[in-house]
Amino acid sequence: MIVVFQVLLIALVLGAGATLLRGTAGARHQAIRRLLLLAFVAAAVVSIIFPQLLSSVAALFGIGRGTDLVLYGLVVAFLGVLATTARRFREQETRLTKLARRLAIDEVPSPRALRDREGEGDVAAGGHV
Amino acid sequence: MQDCWLVVPLFNEGSVVGEVVREARRTFPWVVCVDDGSSDDSAEVAERAGAIVIRHPVNLGQGAALQTGLDYAVGDPDAKYFVTFDSDGQHRVEDAADMVEVLRSGETDIVFGSRFLDARTTPSFLKRVVLKTAVAYTNATTGMSLTDAHNGLRAFNRTAATLLDIRQNRMAHASEIVEQVGRSDLRWREHPVHILYSDYSLSKGQSLWNSVNILGELFLK
Repeated sequence: MIVVFQVLLIALVLGAGATLLRGTAGARHQAIRRLLLLAFVAAAVVSIIFPQLLSSVAALFGIGRGTDLVLYGLVVAFLGVLATTARRFREQETRLTKLARRLAIDEVPSPRALRDREGEGDVAAGGHV
Repeated sequence: MQDCWLVVPLFNEGSVVGEVVREARRTFPWVVCVDDGSSDDSAEVAERAGAIVIRHPVNLGQGAALQTGLDYAVGDPDAKYFVTFDSDGQHRVEDAADMVEVLRSGETDIVFGSRFLDARTTPSFLKRVVLKTAVAYTNATTGMSLTDAHNGLRAFNRTAATLLDIRQNRMAHASEIVEQVGRSDLRWREHPVHILYSDYSLSKGQSLWNSVNILGELFLK
């Protein structure tokens, strides 16, 4: 495997890792993802019609077989999916938290209401009505 | 202490929280317990002892419980000071009161309790090693210089309490608080506190495995 491909592969792996740490939400990133998916589909169709093409491309990068090229591509794609899924999961957790918090706080009397109640000589601080 | 709220995250401490709340209310009349989906009678016990109890509909974590309690208490226009306080009896009310007095002096915005400022608390050797490592890591990554990075006893004035935004729901919230303080202009200081280790609280205490999880949660922000 020659240096060019190694460098490329490392760059892609680091990119997937960086995605984990930063967000890739937003219209632009979503559009990029869709274009990449389209490109992948096109490449897959082409390599099915011209099976020798994969081996030729692999040889270009100094990799043994076309299958190996596919394998490396799969690894990179998998890391990308992992990063995206982890981020989405975290975002959902945040939304869930905000929802639950709002619900919980709405169910108890506000602190102001409590103080007013206490001022009227009613039950001292605390206690559900 | 009519201008203070005690914020107490609560999870399955039905056997001790009643006593903890009663004892606290002798000094702090306003206590909010956030029941984080307990499966026992913690919430009812805390309520009977005189606390206001907010119930999370699902278990979210101690960090989330703290933020909920703080959001609630900050909504009280008459409240000036907020103290995070554990529900398992490890914290002393006197320490909390002392920390509020420090805030009243106006010289600082936040007081972090520390069990390592003097020799009054004696955790086991292994616990000490883990805590000191946590302190070293926290100090290195936040630019702060604390002596105790995972102490649940903290006091905030309104400025600090409104600025804080805890997003780490689970155990990494302690480090997140320190980090947010470090990045802000808030004035902070530490205050010696005594942690009461009983057989009960030690058995419920943070397991050492959690240290790995805490680091993991922080890294994969």
